[in-house]
Amino acid sequence: MHSVTIGGTLYRFPDLKTLLAKASPKRSGDALAGVAAESAAERVAAQCALADLPLKVFLSETIIPYEDDDVTRLIVDGVDANALAPVASLTVGELRDWLLSNAATGAALAALSPGLTPEMVAAASKLCRNQDLIAIAAKREVVTRFRDTIGLKGRLSARLQPNHPTDDPRGVLASVVDGLLLGCGDAVIGINPASDSPQRCAELIKLIDDVRLRLDIPTQSCVLTHVTTSIDLIEAGAPVDLVFQSIGGTEATNASFGFTLAHLREAREAALSLNRGTVGDDVMYFETGQGSSLSAGAHHGCDQQTLEARAYAVARAFKPLLVNSVVGFIGPEYLYDGREILRAGLEDHFCGKLLGLPMGCDVCYTNHADADQNDMDSLLLLLAAAGVTYVMGVPGADDVMLNYQSTSFHDVLAARELFGLKPAPEFADWLGRMGLTDAKGRVRPGALPAQMAPLLAGA
Amino acid sequence: MAAPVVPSELARLWEKLRAATPARVGLARAGAAVATRETLAFQAAHARARDAVAARFDADGLAAAMAARGLTPLRLKSRADDLTVYLARPDLGRRLDDASRARIAAAPRGFDLVFVLADGLSAEATTKHAPALIDAALPALVSEGWRVGPIAIVARGRVAIGDEIGSGLEAAMTATLIGERPGLTTPDSLGAYLTWAPHLGRSDADRNCLSNIRPEGLPYAEAARRLVHLCREARRLQLTGVGLKDESEAALDGVGTASPLPREKR
Repeated sequence: MHSVTIGGTLYRFPDLKTLLAKASPKRSGDALAGVAAESAAERVAAQCALADLPLKVFLSETIIPYEDDDVTRLIVDGVDANALAPVASLTVGELRDWLLSNAATGAALAALSPGLTPEMVAAASKLCRNQDLIAIAAKREVVTRFRDTIGLKGRLSARLQPNHPTDDPRGVLASVVDGLLLGCGDAVIGINPASDSPQRCAELIKLIDDVRLRLDIPTQSCVLTHVTTSIDLIEAGAPVDLVFQSIGGTEATNASFGFTLAHLREAREAALSLNRGTVGDDVMYFETGQGSSLSAGAHHGCDQQTLEARAYAVARAFKPLLVNSVVGFIGPEYLYDGREILRAGLEDHFCGKLLGLPMGCDVCYTNHADADQNDMDSLLLLLAAAGVTYVMGVPGADDVMLNYQSTSFHDVLAARELFGLKPAPEFADWLGRMGLTDAKGRVRPGALPAQMAPLLAGA
Repeated sequence: MAAPVVPSELARLWEKLRAATPARVGLARAGAAVATRETLAFQAAHARARDAVAARFDADGLAAAMAARGLTPLRLKSRADDLTVYLARPDLGRRLDDASRARIAAAPRGFDLVFVLADGLSAEATTKHAPALIDAALPALVSEGWRVGPIAIVARGRVAIGDEIGSGLEAAMTATLIGERPGLTTPDSLGAYLTWAPHLGRSDADRNCLSNIRPEGLPYAEAARRLVHLCREARRLQLTGVGLKDESEAALDGVGTASPLPREKR
């Protein structure tokens, strides 16, 4: 039982999961789940109680029972007590203060990551203003590698997302070329297939891998299909660089996605066996999003932001190259408007980075949410300030297959220029070799590079 | 003032490539940003999509259109009273309000198939395409002896509201035609969800879905052909959902996927 008195009113919170839920900044999904604070005053009371809670409590009290949930087991069994030692005696409020302090350098945060649980990180985020989420995350550099080096300070990478409503190869190729000309694709050239048929996925993998080989691009490809399909594709000899899976923060959520942790282990080993990386062997790509557990009826009475952080515990167990939340994709019943989407995007990035993940963000919204491209500009630029690892590059920000809006190749260029950020070093060198950057290093394609012409000969 | 930049060689390239995809490729640039005309084109498309979500549902007009065909319209409402509630509380959009439940209780019952027309996230899609789809599908069903019930017209309904309607009218199955979430280029896409033995508690895994029904997407005649095919198969197998695969060729071309679940990014 946690309790606090504010302005003469006593507030009681029966357990940790209730305290976390009531302390969570307002969003529609927690109201839909019936776990949100019932008033603004109750929310602040919960935040006050949470601030005084010793971190030690998180080591003894789970929000979903150990015996019921394999994500809980992954978290509890994985805590590195030595790593946690420097802050183990603090409360959640003191942890926030320490994270903001000069003592919390990038190196100190990197050393701390293995000791932190997702629930601790989620709790700290609930006490942070947006500015704090940015300032703390900006200190944490997470570097991963496959064919290029992603996440270095001073870099902003982009996933090139060339989706097409019918997976038409020429249409996909058009979007790939557009993105490359505009300096995107250093995180991954990653397509969501319209059809989940294994044959179609294999064709798309070969299409993108062929472009990569012919242009000698230091990047990786990915077809975002189910993990079990990727395992089959690897067995069938397809040139799979990265294995993708959508993941959630509870065992039941992941069951609704049709996989278990064993599938992820098997897929990672299969991808590693191909030995396709050149500068590193980070072969996993995960996407997440607040609200997925509630959507799957698998939230166990927990708030969506805490469960989102638990999904990152799943991710970090598999040494991913890339992780991003698809923050506004799920719709207004989970994140109602631009304001809630913006807050969630900053929380997701903060929690992912503190847990040691190469955290990117699909800065996005759907047309039934009260949001627009201005909201995305705000989130994109705040994330760039926070040192986000990568964002999406979608032609004109309009995904014509998944029917939602994200960030465009142009948005990536604008963010890089505003903050003086560069693409991944190997990819930046490639852009220079292809003649796609001007004297100041800005991406300003003047003509089609000669190497690309044969690619489009039939177009 | 500097003109927006698309080098002429690239401009010619994009003229050809644009035919291969509806994606916004090869946009004119101004500095790093998208040039004015292309920016405004995007905003115009977004405005259309937002207006589609906010549009009033012309249930009277739809009811009159059904009556003119000799079909019996049955006007119903969900428990979501306004757009804000509808968007934030999908659970309320899945249930009928009290007056509607009374109307169902008083209606004749016992049918092979009941059509449910709901506004969903694009009222325009439903009013524009649902009558044409019914016109294209009904003759085949009637000639095969299907007893088709009244046409339920539901304001602020979600897909699952068909379950309460179908069970109340004792329908063997329902076909819920509902406006899909507008995309930037598709403000008026209709979805059709087929549910065998509808009852409260049915999940998406229990349904088959045809999506993107509109003349520029999955055209009426083809949508109707597949809808009738799925109805026949549902009756033969006594089920819908993951156990009922749409083996028709068009299901493989990516247009109007007939997946048991509407596709999601995750």
